[in-house]
Amino acid sequence: MSEFLQQLLNGLSLGAIYALIALGYTMVYGVLRFINFAHSDVFMVGAFLGYYLGKLVPEHTIWGGLAVLAVSMIGCAILGMTIERLAYRPLRSAPTLNVLITAIGVSLLLEYTGQVFFGAAPRNFPSIFPVRNFSFGSVIVTSNQLIVIAVSVVLMIVLQLIVYRTKIGTAMRAVSLNPKAAALMGVNNDVVISFTFGLGSALAAAGGILYALNYPSIDPLMGVMPGLKAFVAAILGGIGNIPGAALGGLILGTVETFVSGSQWSTYKDAIAFAILIIIMLFRPAGLLGKFTVEKV
Amino acid sequence: MPPKPHLALLAALLFAFGVQHFSDQFNPYYLDVLTGIGINVILAVSLNLVNGYTGQFSLGHAGFMSVGAYLSAAVTLYFAPRWFGEDGGTAWQEGGLFLMALLAGGLSAAFAGLLVGVPSLRLKGDYLALVTLGFGEIIRVTFQNVESLGGALGLNGIPPYTTIFWVLAFVAITIFVVTCLVNSTYGRGFLATRDDEIASEAVGLNTTRYKIVAFVIGAFFAGIAGGLYGHFKLTITPTGFDFTKSIEIVVMVILGGMGNTLGVILAAILLTLLPEVLRPVAEYRMVLYSFLLIVLMLARPQGLFNFKFGKSKA
Repeated sequence: MSEFLQQLLNGLSLGAIYALIALGYTMVYGVLRFINFAHSDVFMVGAFLGYYLGKLVPEHTIWGGLAVLAVSMIGCAILGMTIERLAYRPLRSAPTLNVLITAIGVSLLLEYTGQVFFGAAPRNFPSIFPVRNFSFGSVIVTSNQLIVIAVSVVLMIVLQLIVYRTKIGTAMRAVSLNPKAAALMGVNNDVVISFTFGLGSALAAAGGILYALNYPSIDPLMGVMPGLKAFVAAILGGIGNIPGAALGGLILGTVETFVSGSQWSTYKDAIAFAILIIIMLFRPAGLLGKFTVEKV
Repeated sequence: MPPKPHLALLAALLFAFGVQHFSDQFNPYYLDVLTGIGINVILAVSLNLVNGYTGQFSLGHAGFMSVGAYLSAAVTLYFAPRWFGEDGGTAWQEGGLFLMALLAGGLSAAFAGLLVGVPSLRLKGDYLALVTLGFGEIIRVTFQNVESLGGALGLNGIPPYTTIFWVLAFVAITIFVVTCLVNSTYGRGFLATRDDEIASEAVGLNTTRYKIVAFVIGAFFAGIAGGLYGHFKLTITPTGFDFTKSIEIVVMVILGGMGNTLGVILAAILLTLLPEVLRPVAEYRMVLYSFLLIVLMLARPQGLFNFKFGKSKA
């Protein structure tokens, strides 16, 4: 039983990270209807920003950790908006496939540039937050897990407030519902899309730092697998659906943790994709998505 | 399409034989690059049948390639020592075994294509892309866990059977099959499925069947390309066939202009040569490669070699 609780806790903290990344995918898909492959590399850049900033602040302090988190999020938001402005906006009217390929190009560019600038060797991530273990019975809770869960919950609440309680959030929802009608009602689509990229990238940066705290080694290709899995999480919950992305992330993280704790551990990377295929075949709109019938 | 495709194929096969005959005279580096180009052309042209002509966006081509690579390597690794002993067979014997291995690889990849295609081709667009990506990754993880196929270390010591003749011959056969197929009466169904699925169904075409046929044929040639690749590199690992490889092939198809065989061939050549040409700038070459990819996509979104955009697409 205690092993089950322990695994559940590990799974939830991994799932919270997946959820943060998945939110970025799902928001961009909501407004632009395309898969932003570069998102997983923004996640990587976020972790590296955290690495360099983490050297500037004293280790093991709450305020230092939060400052690193905030500055990296701002940095990645700017990066995400720049990518959107330079690479995606010129292709706004092109077929989705072209934007997809461009996104892949941006993703490769970030990865290889990362390898040139940061070096391909993995590095140890500094422990920017205080480290302590709490034990409840035989269940051990590390402070990092608590931080991951707390930060994710706070960020998701903030996101929910932005999307449902602010003017720009309303505009985001309008654009994702119908971009043309939104434009006719006076919504500046470009500003909204740019903002969406900024928001998603900031969440990816937070995800990157939290991931690096729990798996303390970072390298320029670290984003690929978590990125793919977070994307699966976004689909699992129903792409374009914000609570769905959070739910999908939590489910995926938990399932994956249980699988890696079992005798099938070497198949843990396949599990995410098996879930993806099952969902696609039986409920293509995802758990919380609405199914639409195609009309002629 | 040339006026006499069978003659063109025959000429191409003869040409391949001729190149093989004089292969000693060429710089081995150029031969290696040419082999790499040939394998990529097979992959890109076969994927073009699925992505370009039939309009089904697949991201799992590397998975089928890996099935072919593993199966054909397993065949030669199993039979070569038993049939030829220590000192190897004659050129004809080895060629026969290699052909058998390639066909085994191609057929098993086609079977994998059937298994993947039947359930997933009900989906469209992005969703199909993701499911094929998922299947590709599952195939990779499965190979990583099968100990008799080397596990994560992969297969080593594959005999170097891939010669320039085999590569050029299969390039010619792939182009021949795909071109003749889409230009045949039956093949019009692929184009119809791409252009308007609902209208095609309304006139009585079984679009699901066309999609599966395209998928299986595409997977077959991907398997052949995998077999050639394995006997060229002499060692294969599961990580060599991850989704980056699939994306590389998709990029060739899109850059060449979807559903344009000539353009796709040119794009495959260009994208194989690009990293080679950029070799002098060593560490920056992949940075430049990806940068050029973005620039090309922004500058020519209809594909680099597609000159009739606008009127051909509905």
